[in-house]
Amino acid sequence: MSNLTQNLKDSAAVAFVALLLFGPFLGLQLGDSNVGNLTLSTRPGLLAAAVAFTFAARMAILLWHDHKPAPQRTAKLTASVVRSGRFIAPGLLILALALPLIPGVENSYIDLGVLIMTYVMLGWGLNIVVGLAGLLDLGYVAFYAVGAYSFALLSENYGWSFWECLPVCGILAAAWGIFLGFPVLRLRGDYLAIVTLAFGEIIRLVITNWVALTGGPNGIDGIPHPTLFGLSFSMAGGPGTFAGALNIMPTPAQRLDYLYYIILFLALLTNWVTLRLRKQPLGRAWEALREDEIACRSLGINLRNTKLTAFAIGAMFGGFAGCFFATREGFVSPDSFTFIESATVLAIVVLGGAGSQLGIVMAAMVMIGVPALLQSLQIYRMLIFGIALVVIMVVRPRGFISTRKPTVSLGKAKIITADMISEGHG
Amino acid sequence: MAYALQQLINGITLGMIYGLIAIGYTMVYGIIGMINFAHGDVFMVGAFVGVIVLTALAGVTSVPLGLLAALILSAALCALYGFSIERVAYRPLRGSFRLAPLISAIGMSILLENYVQVSQGALERAIPNLIPGGITLMNENGFIVQLTWMQMAIVVVTLAVLAAFTYLVTKTPLGRAMRAVEQDAKMAALLGIDTNRTISYTFMIGSALAAVAGVMFLLYYGVIDFYIGFNAGIKAFTAAVLGGIGSLPGAVLGGLLIGLIEAFWSGYATVAYKDVAVYSILAIVLMFMPTGLLGRNEVEKV
Repeated sequence: MSNLTQNLKDSAAVAFVALLLFGPFLGLQLGDSNVGNLTLSTRPGLLAAAVAFTFAARMAILLWHDHKPAPQRTAKLTASVVRSGRFIAPGLLILALALPLIPGVENSYIDLGVLIMTYVMLGWGLNIVVGLAGLLDLGYVAFYAVGAYSFALLSENYGWSFWECLPVCGILAAAWGIFLGFPVLRLRGDYLAIVTLAFGEIIRLVITNWVALTGGPNGIDGIPHPTLFGLSFSMAGGPGTFAGALNIMPTPAQRLDYLYYIILFLALLTNWVTLRLRKQPLGRAWEALREDEIACRSLGINLRNTKLTAFAIGAMFGGFAGCFFATREGFVSPDSFTFIESATVLAIVVLGGAGSQLGIVMAAMVMIGVPALLQSLQIYRMLIFGIALVVIMVVRPRGFISTRKPTVSLGKAKIITADMISEGHG
Repeated sequence: MAYALQQLINGITLGMIYGLIAIGYTMVYGIIGMINFAHGDVFMVGAFVGVIVLTALAGVTSVPLGLLAALILSAALCALYGFSIERVAYRPLRGSFRLAPLISAIGMSILLENYVQVSQGALERAIPNLIPGGITLMNENGFIVQLTWMQMAIVVVTLAVLAAFTYLVTKTPLGRAMRAVEQDAKMAALLGIDTNRTISYTFMIGSALAAVAGVMFLLYYGVIDFYIGFNAGIKAFTAAVLGGIGSLPGAVLGGLLIGLIEAFWSGYATVAYKDVAVYSILAIVLMFMPTGLLGRNEVEKV
């Protein structure tokens, strides 16, 4: 019984802190911003609701802690998720392949699928850098931007088509990956993160301010849509279009489905390359680098080349995704390449369990799909995103699929689950 | 000459503000070795509390009293914010793998930005210049070099806060505990220092300083929005790195340098690329001088 009193006291204290924290922001509201003429109005109801909610939430957390299941269960759960991954992954793949063919699926869902798969691809690309090589990159969006602007500029100035540009975008992004990766070879951990963030911001600021080349904040318009063996998906129909060649009515769904399969193909390519690389010396070197940089160096692994290839290959897939983004939107502007994008992709990788391919798909579906379905809550979208990041990190610091197992290891492979973190393993 | 002098004055004022924020980064990094990504947003919250207090007190009290109230309330409330952020988002992750606290901090940063945006609106908030006027230092062919009362007030308040802070860190038991935890948390705990409490105090002090910086920023520019924390945060972090992370005088020195670089770059090169200049300095310093100006060398342990 004293336990309950204690819980109540604790919750009351938390609610009091919440009252002070929320007081000025939820209890008061600034009126219109006329210089020197700000007004304040009060919102006692909202404040009371927020404080009551905090009290209830704290109480619920405390009760949950009192009746927490034994730690073995989480380990078992993790193991079962990993085992069922063998079935989930092919299931998701079949669903992804068949989605546009299922009758009655609305275009908006296909569109959402395209969006999610773009982030899955970005996540898989960044996973090479963060999950495999263990290099923390907060400026991944820079390569996405390089890919998108490469295509936009090449098509605007030289009339190149999507398929001609796609490899070029990848190569250019990879070159930028090496160019930006070279100076930061010596940096580690948080320092590396902050410098890559600075690089991402520099690229965005240059794009914004170099108006003569990039059009500045107005962006570049009229980027061509992809064609299928020279056939366009124009709504006009007739010769030279997909619908005209097949002698069917042109619909918006045809173009959308085509985009869908392009991004599905690109994402699967990323996945395939990653899985193949993990079985080759380079991928093994990345994993060794992630586990212990000093041991890696002692064993004669060339750190410079290993890190640069990780940056370059990760950036290349970012460039592909950027090229796809440009052709899908038909328009690029610096607003699409803010730090929030980098944070989102990194969050997907980390929530997915940093290194797990399936985990990234699940994380992308949660982090992109759920907010997109909550369109009515538009202004709360990012708020919920922020809360979700904190809560998921606190509850499952190693992500949804919380294992990290090197592809090869001497003796028994050590699976590191979330439970062991407080003991200092991993 | 006159132009340079004006940029010098502007740069020092701006640098003082960055220095105050940088202290929070450097203290937290020194003690628990993480980049407190949400620190810039605590600064933004401080500026908003300043607007709210000044609006509430407009016409009720005199300007100096209102400013004092804004500073104190903002610092107190932000200290509470810093405390809560550490308790909710960082403490459960202490000893976890290194990416977790950083992601949590990024989440906290997004959370704070959107919390302020949703609760107070996305509009820019402007206040009138509360301390108008100043003294004219020089008049060269019609170009007037002005040192405004506002700038003087900012420098004086910052110096006063820094003096109090230096006293706290060097002379009080709490300051000793903070330095001890920074050097070796485990040893400090063995010697009877409550490390958790010390870390909480560190967050509270750092956040209070950020709040003071926020109010100063509000007074200086007169306009704030919910997004100011991101840029100011990165610049202040750059300042902390430039001065040598973990070093408190280094943070202030770095802040002043960043402020001066920004002012002179805006004055003599292009305003549009002033942030690019600061970010480039961050990259260059980390590449060639990872310990900064006043930092210690870190020994690589196996």
